[in-house]
Amino acid sequence: MAGAGGRAPLGLRRWLSSPAPAPRVCVVGSGPAGFYTAQHILKHHGGALVDIYEKLPVPFGLVRFGVAPDHPEVKNVINTFTQTARSERCAYYGNVTVGRDVTVPELQQAYHAVVLSYGAEDNRVLGIPGENLPGVYTARAFVGWYNGLPENRDLKPDLSCETALILGHGNVALDIARILLSPLQLLRKTDITDSSLAALACSKVKRVWLVGRRGPLQVAFTIKELREMINLPGARPVLDPADFTGLESAVRDAPRPRKRLTELMIKTALEKPVEMQAAAAAGAAAPREWGLKFQRSPQEVLPSADGRRARGIRMALTCLEGSGDSAKAVPTGAVEELECGLVLSSIGYRSLPLDPAVPFDSQHGVIPNSSGRVQGVPGLYCSGWVKRGPTGVIITTMNDSFDTAQSVLEDLQGGVLDTSPPREGFGLVESILRSRGVRPVSFSDWEKIDAAEVARGKAAGKPREKIVDPVEMLQIIGH
Amino acid sequence: LSARAVLSSEDKITVHFINRDGDKLTAQGKPGDSLLDVVVDNNLDIDGFGACEGTLACSTCHLIFEDHIFEKLDAITDEEMDMLDLAYGLTETSRLGCQICLKKSMNDMTVRVPEAVADARQSVDMSKNS
Ligand SMILES: Cc1cc2nc3c(=O)[nH]c(=O)nc-3n(C[C@H](O)[C@H](O)[C@H](O)COP(=O)(O)OP(=O)(O)OC[C@H]3O[C@@H](n4cnc5c(N)ncnc54)[C@H](O)[C@@H]3O)c2cc1C
Ligand code: FES
Repeated sequence: MAGAGGRAPLGLRRWLSSPAPAPRVCVVGSGPAGFYTAQHILKHHGGALVDIYEKLPVPFGLVRFGVAPDHPEVKNVINTFTQTARSERCAYYGNVTVGRDVTVPELQQAYHAVVLSYGAEDNRVLGIPGENLPGVYTARAFVGWYNGLPENRDLKPDLSCETALILGHGNVALDIARILLSPLQLLRKTDITDSSLAALACSKVKRVWLVGRRGPLQVAFTIKELREMINLPGARPVLDPADFTGLESAVRDAPRPRKRLTELMIKTALEKPVEMQAAAAAGAAAPREWGLKFQRSPQEVLPSADGRRARGIRMALTCLEGSGDSAKAVPTGAVEELECGLVLSSIGYRSLPLDPAVPFDSQHGVIPNSSGRVQGVPGLYCSGWVKRGPTGVIITTMNDSFDTAQSVLEDLQGGVLDTSPPREGFGLVESILRSRGVRPVSFSDWEKIDAAEVARGKAAGKPREKIVDPVEMLQIIGH
Repeated sequence: LSARAVLSSEDKITVHFINRDGDKLTAQGKPGDSLLDVVVDNNLDIDGFGACEGTLACSTCHLIFEDHIFEKLDAITDEEMDMLDLAYGLTETSRLGCQICLKKSMNDMTVRVPEAVADARQSVDMSKNS
């Protein structure tokens, strides 16, 4: 526990020299929400001490395990998080599952304030027959697989079919389509895991359909990701102009993001890609292709003749009632079947309740709160996806984490949080963890794992080769 | 003014930033520096600024320009527009600071940091999952 050992005396010194005891805050989860909440509290309260607990040995949540490997620039936020973690008033304890290794009430005994930022680790289910057939995967598992999330490392998705179908029109769906269709030489230079790269090298998938229940005006992906897909080398967009009839005038007065996004889809649908036509005329092999299908609601994943795997999907055609974001998809009665051996459901992540002591709104999948203050439990806060629901980019999460941190700061300042009884912080938690045989991973331990990953990647010309086995991670740091 | 500003030579360009809380921060940079460089090099305290370090992947460097400066800025790329679409508090004279490089004619300009929208739910319609 080098990190903790290094910090304790500093904490003590501060403690002795200041009149009031330093407020001790703990944050559960080390994704963007956890780190941005910690950063804001540390910055705006000169004395607060913040400890971050993380279930996995390694930090950064979905920045490491969600953000696509070919988006390294998005992961630059890790540099800022690292600065926060290295602050003398901050400590990181990985390999600690809150709710199992230590309970929330125990954390409340040890800290003046507890912030829950544990994200959304489950997914919504389709709830249709055939959903569990081999060949059907959740987006969450598939993303976890190519990003080296320990629990998904053995997914071994079957990529032996030509057509894949992704249910969902969000950025995660586009991330997956891009990974499935990207030229291998582009992926090779990323931190995608070695075994996923090997599997993608043998992939037969050359066509990806992205299917949504609603229309082009309701897609949830952002224009940057769409443009990237349209410009993907070696893959042709297939958009049906009929889907976009009349939309140009419909978005004339829409907010700028929706307008530009829709216009890009329309432009792409109407454009005949010259280069591709030339290639086809020259008899070149059919390029890879992808397309958007609208107003289709999945009804059943159809089994192959032997019943052993997915061979297609049956979808109900829908019409829209209402307009804009609140439009509802209503089945028309017509159905359509589509052959596809790979089905990926990307219909959303979902938070789970953590501890019986924490209220949870299971209908919306969030902890009920106002500005991050957990309803009915003074001293307990939440930020990020578990506060707001699993939507929005890192910047959305940053803003909402600053908002929660602001609530903590206000409560410290206004005396709502009584900091006069000193709290032991990690000292207390450490003895609890020891009694349960749990050994936390410090930030400097992580930096050793990080260095090992970077070294392994270097040989292959990658930014890093992720270690996917937690046991191996712990071996590297001598646990 | 910081020591840096006092020591500066004539070819330095002065920029004033109006921060979220209304505070005015003044700093200098060289021609060719981006506004992100100016913020980082001068350690300007703007919460969350420059999260992706200038790689057009975040929009946290969103700044609002004065009309007469905005009109003379270099043309905007589709990629910058795409990221601006996700920015909070977008205005007619918004640009991303990491894409704007200092020119002599910008000396003494004032740029405004937009207010962060506390209610993050506003962005739900452009969210990750449909
Ligand atoms: C596939 C995917 C791709 C994305 N790509 C982008 C992108 O390109 N750009 C962008 O801006 N945004 C992207 N996002 C969105 C972004 O990742 C989220 O906005 C952000 O990560 C949410 O932060 P969070 O901290 O709430 O959750 P998370 O990042 O999930 O962090 C939660 C952390 O808590 C830990 N935890 C969970 N349970 C416990 C427990 N019991 N005890 C202790 N710790 C626990 C988890 O291990 C995790 O580290 C993407 C999201 C997904 C799903
Ligand atoms: S710093 Fe991220 S877009 Fe400018």
